[in-house]
Amino acid sequence: MDIQIRKLHKSFGDFNALAGVDLDIASGELIALLGPSGSGKTTLLRCIAGLEFPDRGEIRFDGEDVAERPVRERRVGFVFQHYALFRHMSVLDNVAFGLRVRERRERQPEALIRQRARELIELVQLAGLEKRYPSQLSGGQKQRVALARALAIEPRVLLLDEPFGALDARVRKDLRQWLRELHRRTGYSTLFVTHDQEEALELADRVVIMNHGAIEQIGSVDEVYERPASPFVFDFLGDTNVLRAQVHERRVQFDGADIAVLDGRIHPDGAADVHVRPGDLRLGDGGIGLDVVVQSLQRTGPVVRAVVQTSGSKAPVRVEWPHLHHDVPALRPGAQLRLRLLQFSLYTPQSRPPTSSLGAPILIGQERRRDHA
Amino acid sequence: MSAIAQPRRRSRSIIPGFNLSLGFTLLYLSLIVLIPLSAIFIESAKLGWHGFLDTVLAPRVLAALRLSFGAALIGATINAVFGTLVAWVLVRYRFAGKRLFDALIDLPFALPTAVAGIALTTLYATNGWIGAWLAGAGIKVAYTPLGVIVACTFIGLPFVVRTVQPVLEDTEKEFEEAAASLGATRLQTVLRVIVPTVLPAIVTGFTLAFARAAGEYGSIIFIAGNMPMVSEIAPLLIVIKLEEFDYAGASAVAVAMLSLSLSLLLAINGLQLWMRRRHGAAR
Amino acid sequence: MNLSTIDARPTPSRRHPTATDERRWTQLVLIAIAVLFLMGFLLLPLIAVFDEALRHGWTLYREAITSPDALAAIRLTLLTAGIAVPMNLLFGVAAAWAITKFTFPGKALLVSLIDLPFSVSPVVAGLSFILIFGRHGWFGPWLFDHDIRIVFAMPGIVIATVFVTFPFIARELIPLMQEQGTDHEQAALTLGASGWQTFWRVTLPNIKWGLLYGVLLCTARAMGEFGAVSVVSGHIRGETNTMPLHVEILYNEYAFSAAFAVASLLAVFALVTLGLKTYLEWRHGDELAATRRH
Repeated sequence: MDIQIRKLHKSFGDFNALAGVDLDIASGELIALLGPSGSGKTTLLRCIAGLEFPDRGEIRFDGEDVAERPVRERRVGFVFQHYALFRHMSVLDNVAFGLRVRERRERQPEALIRQRARELIELVQLAGLEKRYPSQLSGGQKQRVALARALAIEPRVLLLDEPFGALDARVRKDLRQWLRELHRRTGYSTLFVTHDQEEALELADRVVIMNHGAIEQIGSVDEVYERPASPFVFDFLGDTNVLRAQVHERRVQFDGADIAVLDGRIHPDGAADVHVRPGDLRLGDGGIGLDVVVQSLQRTGPVVRAVVQTSGSKAPVRVEWPHLHHDVPALRPGAQLRLRLLQFSLYTPQSRPPTSSLGAPILIGQERRRDHA
Repeated sequence: MSAIAQPRRRSRSIIPGFNLSLGFTLLYLSLIVLIPLSAIFIESAKLGWHGFLDTVLAPRVLAALRLSFGAALIGATINAVFGTLVAWVLVRYRFAGKRLFDALIDLPFALPTAVAGIALTTLYATNGWIGAWLAGAGIKVAYTPLGVIVACTFIGLPFVVRTVQPVLEDTEKEFEEAAASLGATRLQTVLRVIVPTVLPAIVTGFTLAFARAAGEYGSIIFIAGNMPMVSEIAPLLIVIKLEEFDYAGASAVAVAMLSLSLSLLLAINGLQLWMRRRHGAAR
Repeated sequence: MNLSTIDARPTPSRRHPTATDERRWTQLVLIAIAVLFLMGFLLLPLIAVFDEALRHGWTLYREAITSPDALAAIRLTLLTAGIAVPMNLLFGVAAAWAITKFTFPGKALLVSLIDLPFSVSPVVAGLSFILIFGRHGWFGPWLFDHDIRIVFAMPGIVIATVFVTFPFIARELIPLMQEQGTDHEQAALTLGASGWQTFWRVTLPNIKWGLLYGVLLCTARAMGEFGAVSVVSGHIRGETNTMPLHVEILYNEYAFSAAFAVASLLAVFALVTLGLKTYLEWRHGDELAATRRH
């Protein structure tokens, strides 16, 4: 089933949880709603489910507006963060619940219900645990029961709220792969909420990044990671250094020196913030770059992390190289290095007044260069 | 006794005062509760087995026991239903006067039973505010077994509300949302999800209300009318036998009361234990 | 006001109840049932007490509560509570200390024995003291020879009251101290405090509100106890009549207004208790939460 969401607004008192959200989900897609806490991602999920009602806007399931339909009529499979398994029911009774509460004329005979529940328990690889109670299950097993219970009603869409939030790291990894596989086999349109960018990028076909009740960017994993639409997205997806720079005739200047040259699209002259990841700084080969002095070093297994200071304004910058990278020997405290910006994004700062007297460029300009070293 | 007073070596605590506090506790418990209660059993034994049975199985005694325990069970049942409803309304809804009613729930704890007794009698007598209205419908409450039930309900009211209320407050709404998302109607959610969740608390409240009401005296004697065989409760029978200096007979009735309520309490506790085991509530 | 303005809903989009709410009319019906139930069993009886007490005016009311017998009853009630409550306070603290700070065999049994008076009829409690201290009881003849009166005198009333209010303070303190564990005490001891210093400076400050809560409930029950006291008192006017017993006597003599006047004093005590209790729960709810969840 496909879902269209148009201009969705929802506020709780003074707090705007959703401020005009538009989103299209194609049938069978696996989508991650990613954002910090308070960004509105859970509210959006709950609005789609019918656990909250939006103040304004449309939610269409296959074209039909369901924004005012109560949850029990929407046939959504919702998996709660803490599973919300009924404690007084066995695994089988939990899974069968949705089939047993159907109206009499739609309800299957008890024998069929039990059979269907058993099939689902088998699907989530818990055969043999039908008679257990939730208190006798591990976290990962509870998660699977919750999934089987949601699948039992043959939902039109599967919604998962922080599905791996309450699990420890190892179980989480296993379950992720298993969920990906389950999605491939069942083909339900699936949305899940997470605040873990790694989880979102690993699992989803498309990632929806939210902030302050609005969508910052929608795109495939590559799109959001390679071409972040805003400084927020850039920062949220990984470690970031920000350099308050100026652009002057295609040259990016920091502390009065050129640190990079723009050769692709044009960025308006004036103040610009350079966002660069610690791993995208490499030792220069005589060309232009950022002059820094190494302050401190930290070796942590696979990577070497260093804090360096820019020579002019003494701004701290973090760099990070793989343990065996050929640049690593140069990382000694006190060493003076010139770092080349392998790839970076440029954003016009919103908070700083524009330096150009020709009127401020309102657009959040974006320039992304990639050098293959 | 000495086995209790000596902490086992491995569980020895560095905290002082074990012997003093436990010794005082046991002494006080024995003097105030255990020895006096055992006096009743010893006194009733004077009757011999046959004498005991003759006393306890006398029609008037049986009728009194039936009334005391029957009314207590009915009162506790009324409280289980309406107390749960009240707890639900107090936890979930907002309405004018809610805080007043919430504070008022504990009135039967705080109000002396004699005061409750005369107040209920006045209210439910045929010329009382509620009694007159019920009399119009042909229902007579005061000075009938119905009055005993009213008093039992009053005295046990706080127990169910106060045990169910915190459980409802702690129950996550997620369970209800889960049920609704699976297609359950509100009524199905209430009956299949909420009620089973709070059932242990309801049973606990029911038990406490029952235990309190079965032995109740002060609030009942005013409203009951105290007609032998009809509206005479067991504790009153003990008082009557005492006034006749029939100490052994009074003790026999007391033993019957104690055994009945203890065995009922044990049965309910056993039931609860079984329920908890079944659900493996190791949370 | 016309009906349509009442019907106007502030959030027009919520035409459906959310997943965890009933429709408003269902809520209203349930609220109405609950309120009617509480009115019939709690509020109206309370109002009836004051209504009956003041039915014949203030003068009669004042006379009823300032008659010598009434004043004697008030004095005896306060005295009884004044002795019984501290006794049970001492017991409650000792029992809670032993039960929560140590492990020993038979602990579960001890806890249920402490609860025993809850499920014993007050009349049965009174009977047991008659059997021990009464004229024909175990110690009766000896007490009689030495001219010591317990039953049909104040000591009996106090003992009966102690029995009935026995578990209250211990019951409040045990869950509270259980939750707090022994870390604080152990810390104090490693810092060189003595056992008593540890109790006064570390344990007591942590449990004071729970303690006060227990004392409050205990006092309310102690002043209002009827069944047990009635059996052991002998109903001697001006001498062994507590306030509840005085109410009974007046009521049985058809002095209804006087009975309700004294009853209304007890009702005021009860309301003060409820007020203090609500205040404690509101102000120190965190500490008392352990008790409520027992």
